[in-house]
Amino acid sequence: MLRIMEGSHAVAEAVKLCRPDVISAYPITPQTHIVERLAEMVADGDLESEYICVESEFSALSACLGASAAGSRVYSATSSQGLLLMAEVCFNVAGMRQPVVMSIANRAVGAPLSIWNDQQDSIALRDAGWFQLYAEDAQEISDFHFLAFKVAEDNNILLPGFICFDGFILSHTYEPVDIPDQESVLAYLPPYKPVNILDANDPMSLGMYATPDYYLEFRYEHDQAMKRAADALCKAGSEFEEHFGRNYGSLIEEYRMDDADFAYVAMGSVCGTVKDAIDEMRDDGKKVGLVRILSYRPFPEADMHRALSGIPVVAVLEKNVSIGSRMKGAVGPEVKDAIADSGVAVYSYVVGLGGRDIRKIHIRGIYEEAMKGNGNIFYGLREELL
Amino acid sequence: MSLNIGCAARPGRSQDNKTGSWRVFKPEFHYDLCTNCGTCQLLCPEGCIHKIDDNYIPDYSFCKGCGMCAEQCPAEAIVMIQEEK
Repeated sequence: MLRIMEGSHAVAEAVKLCRPDVISAYPITPQTHIVERLAEMVADGDLESEYICVESEFSALSACLGASAAGSRVYSATSSQGLLLMAEVCFNVAGMRQPVVMSIANRAVGAPLSIWNDQQDSIALRDAGWFQLYAEDAQEISDFHFLAFKVAEDNNILLPGFICFDGFILSHTYEPVDIPDQESVLAYLPPYKPVNILDANDPMSLGMYATPDYYLEFRYEHDQAMKRAADALCKAGSEFEEHFGRNYGSLIEEYRMDDADFAYVAMGSVCGTVKDAIDEMRDDGKKVGLVRILSYRPFPEADMHRALSGIPVVAVLEKNVSIGSRMKGAVGPEVKDAIADSGVAVYSYVVGLGGRDIRKIHIRGIYEEAMKGNGNIFYGLREELL
Repeated sequence: MSLNIGCAARPGRSQDNKTGSWRVFKPEFHYDLCTNCGTCQLLCPEGCIHKIDDNYIPDYSFCKGCGMCAEQCPAEAIVMIQEEK
């Protein structure tokens, strides 16, 4: 049934239906409404989870790690500085291969202090070994939670995952969202069956130290699991349609790409604006399209190669900046690498950092810059301030 | 050691980490000088000196070559020599 609800509440409703045994989180803007609502559900007896109150994000994810190691389905949520405080634990959760699912309401990182949206926080944790899904709208955020738990807990994968969505733009706006019933979610996402469980009667340690003779191989296995996660996400995404009618069988979405000779590449909510801009530009006779990345880790390099082969110019919108890198954004180099064709011009545009609005006029402006060969730049700078 | 997912390990698996490869200097035991006092076994931080029959014998697959045994041996029966690798 379609209900009008805030993005954060759609997340909370989805998490409730996933029936986590343990939730531990520390409130931070713009993630707060998610954990507030979950705490309410637990307090009201509507959700039978253990909600562990902690004094920091480091403790929150540490509590999650312990609970997961003890065999629980575990959920957390955070943003920005909170995610960075979790950074060490993020690597541990992933290295111990615990299928924790965490919502990231994407927010800029200080300093300068900003509570507004960009994607720097989750991009900064790119190499932590979690899969990273980026949602475009409230429906996707909600749906991705069922998908994420299913893939994370697959015994052939066992990886934690971020569900990333733009803070405020998605977390604080109201949209119609289809929240499925408990029976259908249970049919799609059965209870978690852990492989290793911490048990005082049968002692075991997790994440033991690996000497130089072993460490490299552990990292190799981790990478192989992420590679398998690409197929597992597609499979679980296709299966999703049988249960809920919406298909997530591909890690990318192609919009008006059939005869395109110019492609935008982007992640998250900005893709809605890009699609509107594309419709207008198409009316003006410009053959433009969009390739939306739904999964940044694992990176869908084969899909990107197929979708962008033969497109002369590609413009990547970056809601992050990799200070000191040639292309300026973290996504562009991977797109360029996936295309692997020096004849294709791939440009990154750092845009919308710290919550600056990205409008259709900017999307059009980026097209003009790319056609002039002007790329790998910050777009939309207020020159009068510089 | 097999690669258990998440580096999960049952007790005792530290014996799989053969730390002998870390060694630069190797303790050489001269049993003609040894008084069998057992100081070396008592002080070995790695716990890898074992009394076998009447002799104290280091397990070189774990000995890191720290030199504690040679430093403390009252009979000066242990000499550290640089290992060829």
